Amino acid sequence: MNAADELSALPAVLTAVFLVGGAAITLIGSLGLLTLRSFYERVHAPTLGTTLGTACIAIASMIYFSALGTRPVLHELLIIVLIITTTPIGLMILVNAALVRDKSESDGAPQRKAKDEHP
Amino acid sequence: MTRLVPFPLVSLSLLGFWLLLNETLSPGHILLGSVVALIGGWGLAALQPPKARPRRLGAIFRLAFLVVVDIVRSNAAVARIIFGPERRERTVGFVEIPLELRNPYGLAALACIITSTPGTLWVDFNEASGILTIHVLDLVDKAEWVDIIKGRYERRLLEIFT
Amino acid sequence: MSMMLAWSITTAQILLGCAMACAAFRILRGPRAQDRVVGFDSLYVNAMLLVLTLGIRTGTTLYFEAALMIALLGFVSTVALAKFLLRGEVIE
Repeated sequence: MNAADELSALPAVLTAVFLVGGAAITLIGSLGLLTLRSFYERVHAPTLGTTLGTACIAIASMIYFSALGTRPVLHELLIIVLIITTTPIGLMILVNAALVRDKSESDGAPQRKAKDEHP
Repeated sequence: MTRLVPFPLVSLSLLGFWLLLNETLSPGHILLGSVVALIGGWGLAALQPPKARPRRLGAIFRLAFLVVVDIVRSNAAVARIIFGPERRERTVGFVEIPLELRNPYGLAALACIITSTPGTLWVDFNEASGILTIHVLDLVDKAEWVDIIKGRYERRLLEIFT
Repeated sequence: MSMMLAWSITTAQILLGCAMACAAFRILRGPRAQDRVVGFDSLYVNAMLLVLTLGIRTGTTLYFEAALMIALLGFVSTVALAKFLLRGEVIE
């Protein structure tokens, strides 16, 4: 942490706020993964971490390295863009897969059900 | 010009990504990035995607601002649901929305918007009937969600991608 | 001032670690395959954020590249897993 000693007050405070805020939002999303009851509710939970959580931590990183290097460091934008454009694809396929599996399960194939449906 | 740079927007953003990744504006990297962007554009042309003509830069920025505000707001809403007491019976459900939007890029943008706002999830779009199915975490009124998606996002996307 | 920053970084790392634990619990517990995939999706995003935080702690931008790689590979594996659940094979 010796590099952070020469950081002035404002960037340090901003970095700290965005960092803790982003981490807290991500934790709330993951807690939702734990507490929500059905799959279709749980699938909403990670989007908290992938939108605001990622954005806040990436912004914190941008502020920190920009202040440290005294020049704009913007490449964390790539992570925000990447995460925001890729999460919909994954979740969309996953929900469709869940729908197909639910449907095929209610139609038949009872032998696999016993193992899968453990609460 | 169209033979050399078939997708100018894609090539330009590839160049932008290259420069961002290398954190530089030196002439050498601009040259290298331009080569990458050109090759990327040709590679995309081989896939023959439909052409997109996004218009109205102002509308794009207004939509982006609206989406950012909505993301923050629905983040708070979902956090409240996760921490909230179980007193209120929440209903989870699918909502079917008839869309007028047919442009594939507009639909892709709508998918990103709907899934990035926590609490709503894009499930399926039926191309023949134009009916979009979304999944909503806190479903109170189906008609309200149809209004939100159609009035808030689809109208603006129709403006951008005609 | 740097003391406060150090504490906030530690706090963020603990919070993200707890988030990873929640996601790991969902992977282990299930109950169904799609729940595990959602847990995995959440796990790699949390791991990527933890690596970014580690980059802030050490002050090197090298960790950014590692985070980008985690994000890319995590996305590809989530899609592959989801596709497998959907069809029973990844590439048709």
